[in-house]
Amino acid sequence: MLRIHSLIKTLPGKPPRTLFDRLSLQVEGGECVAIVGESGAGKSTLLNCIAGLDLADGGSIVVGTQEVCGLDDDRLARLRRVHFGFVFQAFHVLPHLSVLHNVALPLWLLRVADDEADARARAMLERVGLGGRGADAPQVLSGGELQRVAIARALVHKPSVVLADEPTGNLDPERAAGVLGLLLEQIREGGAAGILVTHSRTAAARTDRVLELRSGLLADVGSTA
Amino acid sequence: MRSVLRRIFVASLLKRRLASVLSLLSIALGVALGLAVQIIHGAALAEFGQGVRRMSGVADLQVVGPREGFDEALYVRLAQRPEVAEASPVVEVDALVPGRSAPLRILGVDLFRVAAVQPQLLPVADDRAGAGSNRLAALRQDAVFLSAEAEAALFDDRDRSGSSAPRRLTVQSGLRLHEFVVAGRLPGARERIGVMDIAAAQDSFDRAGLLTRIDLRLATDVTPVQALAALTPLLPAGVVLRTVDEATTEAANLSRAYRVNLNMLAAIALLTGGFLVFSAQWLAVVRRRREFAVLRALGLERRQLMSGLLAEGATLGCAGGLLGVALGHGLAALAFRFAGADLGAGFFQGVVPALHFDAVSSAAYLLLGVAAGVGGTWAPAREAARVVPARALHAAGLPASGSRSARGRALASLVVAAVAVAASLLPAIGGIPVGGYGSVVLILAAAILALPPLTMLASRLLAAGRWPVWRVARARFVAAPQQVVVVAAGVVASVALASAMSIMVNSFRLSVDDWLTQVLPADLYLRASPASASGYLDDAALQGIRALPGVAGVDAVRAINLRLDADSTPVTLLARPVAQGWGLPLVAGTRTPAHDATRPPAWISEAIADGRALKPGDRLDLPIAGKLHAFTVAGIWRDYARQHGAVVIERADYVALSADGRINDISLRLADVGDADRVASELRALFGSDRVEIARPGEIRAVTLQIFDRTFLITYLMEAVAVAIGLFGIATTFAAQAATRKGEFGMLRHLGFTRRDVGRLLALEGSLACLMGVLAGLLGGGGVSVVLVEVINRQSFHWSMDYAVPWRALGLFALGLVVLAGVVARLAGAHAMRRSAVLAVKEDW
Repeated sequence: MLRIHSLIKTLPGKPPRTLFDRLSLQVEGGECVAIVGESGAGKSTLLNCIAGLDLADGGSIVVGTQEVCGLDDDRLARLRRVHFGFVFQAFHVLPHLSVLHNVALPLWLLRVADDEADARARAMLERVGLGGRGADAPQVLSGGELQRVAIARALVHKPSVVLADEPTGNLDPERAAGVLGLLLEQIREGGAAGILVTHSRTAAARTDRVLELRSGLLADVGSTA
Repeated sequence: MRSVLRRIFVASLLKRRLASVLSLLSIALGVALGLAVQIIHGAALAEFGQGVRRMSGVADLQVVGPREGFDEALYVRLAQRPEVAEASPVVEVDALVPGRSAPLRILGVDLFRVAAVQPQLLPVADDRAGAGSNRLAALRQDAVFLSAEAEAALFDDRDRSGSSAPRRLTVQSGLRLHEFVVAGRLPGARERIGVMDIAAAQDSFDRAGLLTRIDLRLATDVTPVQALAALTPLLPAGVVLRTVDEATTEAANLSRAYRVNLNMLAAIALLTGGFLVFSAQWLAVVRRRREFAVLRALGLERRQLMSGLLAEGATLGCAGGLLGVALGHGLAALAFRFAGADLGAGFFQGVVPALHFDAVSSAAYLLLGVAAGVGGTWAPAREAARVVPARALHAAGLPASGSRSARGRALASLVVAAVAVAASLLPAIGGIPVGGYGSVVLILAAAILALPPLTMLASRLLAAGRWPVWRVARARFVAAPQQVVVVAAGVVASVALASAMSIMVNSFRLSVDDWLTQVLPADLYLRASPASASGYLDDAALQGIRALPGVAGVDAVRAINLRLDADSTPVTLLARPVAQGWGLPLVAGTRTPAHDATRPPAWISEAIADGRALKPGDRLDLPIAGKLHAFTVAGIWRDYARQHGAVVIERADYVALSADGRINDISLRLADVGDADRVASELRALFGSDRVEIARPGEIRAVTLQIFDRTFLITYLMEAVAVAIGLFGIATTFAAQAATRKGEFGMLRHLGFTRRDVGRLLALEGSLACLMGVLAGLLGGGGVSVVLVEVINRQSFHWSMDYAVPWRALGLFALGLVVLAGVVARLAGAHAMRRSAVLAVKEDW
């Protein structure tokens, strides 16, 4: 589902700093991988490179059969529409759209008919435990609920890859556990390849594999499967 | 607090440089326009007033009458009165100089009296003229003395400095030419004038036995009030006694309405600048909500927060005001150089004012700039002070504005509009349509209040559509109408101003065009002189024209000035055939009234009808040849040529009452219009091509419309400035929004929006917000245009006009502005499309 081969990324500076030194990774559909590491190790940059939001200096990233590196901006945008789902630490729910429409937004981009988009978004909200809240404005939701909306939005269009950057960083431990469980469950059910960037060893332990980004390479530090 | 003020509040202006600079510029432009208009007209009026005072010398009072003159016997009567110490008679003639477009003002003075009353007019003989040895040279019939300005205008440098032969000046009187010798200079005069002996002037210009002015110096123990009371009963009809200051006031009154109108336009430009400050400050307040919450949590009082923000506005206003004062003086200097002291409107022709720093006006406009800055910041500051810190620390974005607030605004808008209608019904105060201007301000306020309900209404009408960019833009539009209001507020005032002026000018131009068609029914026009100038024709000339082959008919016009009373400016009396097919654009009454042997008919212009509350059938007394004669108002006509009024009477009636058979204009009806060129050539051969002006109606129409367009040029400039300021507002708002919404744009890029999609989103949002501003502005502009046409123009200039909306031009303007707003919003938000914005999802929003 996702194959990264010999990825190179150097940050400019004096001297330049090597962030990824021929980094490789393979994640299959239905598998969830956690990436841990010190602050500044390049975890978020790796997610950005995978999604084509940041440019690598070398190597290859393949999603399904599509090579990411070398695509122009428009093609990358179209690739993200179809193949990627994102969950952010700060939720990033649009305040002027209703909960239902926030979830339906990726389907709008894919030109799914309105009725179908609404039905799929509603079903997704049911799955994340927010059935009946579709008409609400995001402002009335709690942090945990907002992150569930973000999870629903990340998965509603059945992406090949789900990238989650500190998805529970803004939640209290009890809510974090519930939201993380939901995210992993949905990724696995949807058959997507999931990559979770986190500082939390507890959260990482709930994924299928835990990789540590260190000295520009990913090291396998344990499997929970 | 001072440190907080400096480091937190005022310093924030430097952090958001674009918004600050644009706000500052918009205030500067508004201040500059207003101040420039003030300086230009102030300098022109001051120069004009000084000119009047210089020409009047030490006179305490002036006797003035019709420009054609009054009986000189009055001079003898007044000079013998104990209240009068010295009296100096004057005959003033605007002498036509062949080959020159502007006439030369010649003052015929009594050289034995002038030293005592008007020493500035004392001539000094010139040796070159051969008069140096003869102290009585000034009494020669052909001697004229010129001021340096007149000499410069009439002779080129070679004539002035070269030959030692006396210079000669040819002027026209009737159809005859007189050659004068330039006998010397007028060292005390700064105006473009000539002086000659009064008897010589009377003879040369057919003013025998007539004076146009008597300057009086009062006895030492007599006050002007006492003299006015004692002398006024001695005056014949149509002759008035006034102080020198009143003469200056008369000139000021002539241009007052025009000046007030230009000042109002400048004020609206400044108001638009205030709205731009509002937009910029509102967005800054939103962006800084958490900063303010932290400050409040640290102990900053609500009042201090508001004061700090108002200080920001005052700083912007002060800096903009200072820049505006400098720009205003620069603009005035440019206007003096390129457009003249009257900004092309023709009120102060020949006046050459000097530019001085105007401290009082500058201070007043600087304060207005500060007021615009503080006024624009008031609402955002109040909003910021109201926010509960605990909430602001956890939430961001603009405060929600629901339909309840929209309904309240709709009601307020209707109430304000109703008050505007009531204000527009008030009569003018001192000739100034105060109620009308108040109504304009209230309509603008109503239009801005109408924005939220209009936005709510539009949000319900906008189709959801399928294009994701549209859906996101529409959702934001529907969910955050308050933001639309912030963006559109600046557009409303500028669009209202531009559309109102456009409707008014279009109505005016079409009405003038239609009026020209009616007042120019003949095939050819011949003019010997305007009302006060020295050229004229007589019955013999009329017979000569009538005898020309191809001429089917001729009509003659005599134009003179009359004073209907001491307090008002002179009006024009046009003596001409009315019932015989002459164009008279009547708005009331009839061209063919029932015959009344005792009171002949008169047709008055709207200015006289309005000013004296006259209607058809009323009696009107006209001072003709020193006596009051009763006329019956037969009709009211539209006259765009003479702002202070005109009366038309039958020429036969005028000749019978005045024995004045002179003619200023002749209109010719031709048997074949194709003969116009031939007939014009024959007329030139008959009278001399430099002594008469001959024009076809089409040429007169073209020149008139050209003057019309030149007069409104300054208003177009002001409209353009106001619209530019409105667009500044959109640019500022979207630049600020793009910064605050980086996280949102970044998330959209993650979901698959392309860079172009984000640009389109910004453009759509800009266009939608601008569309609301344009709609509210057009509504307001429509209302303002009705007030301009029906109230302000009517009360200021007494001109009625047919209301005509330039739909096509307005539609294109609105469309252009909406498209332009989209482009501006996209350009201003360019950094939202950069890679840094994509990565902004990591930033907390």
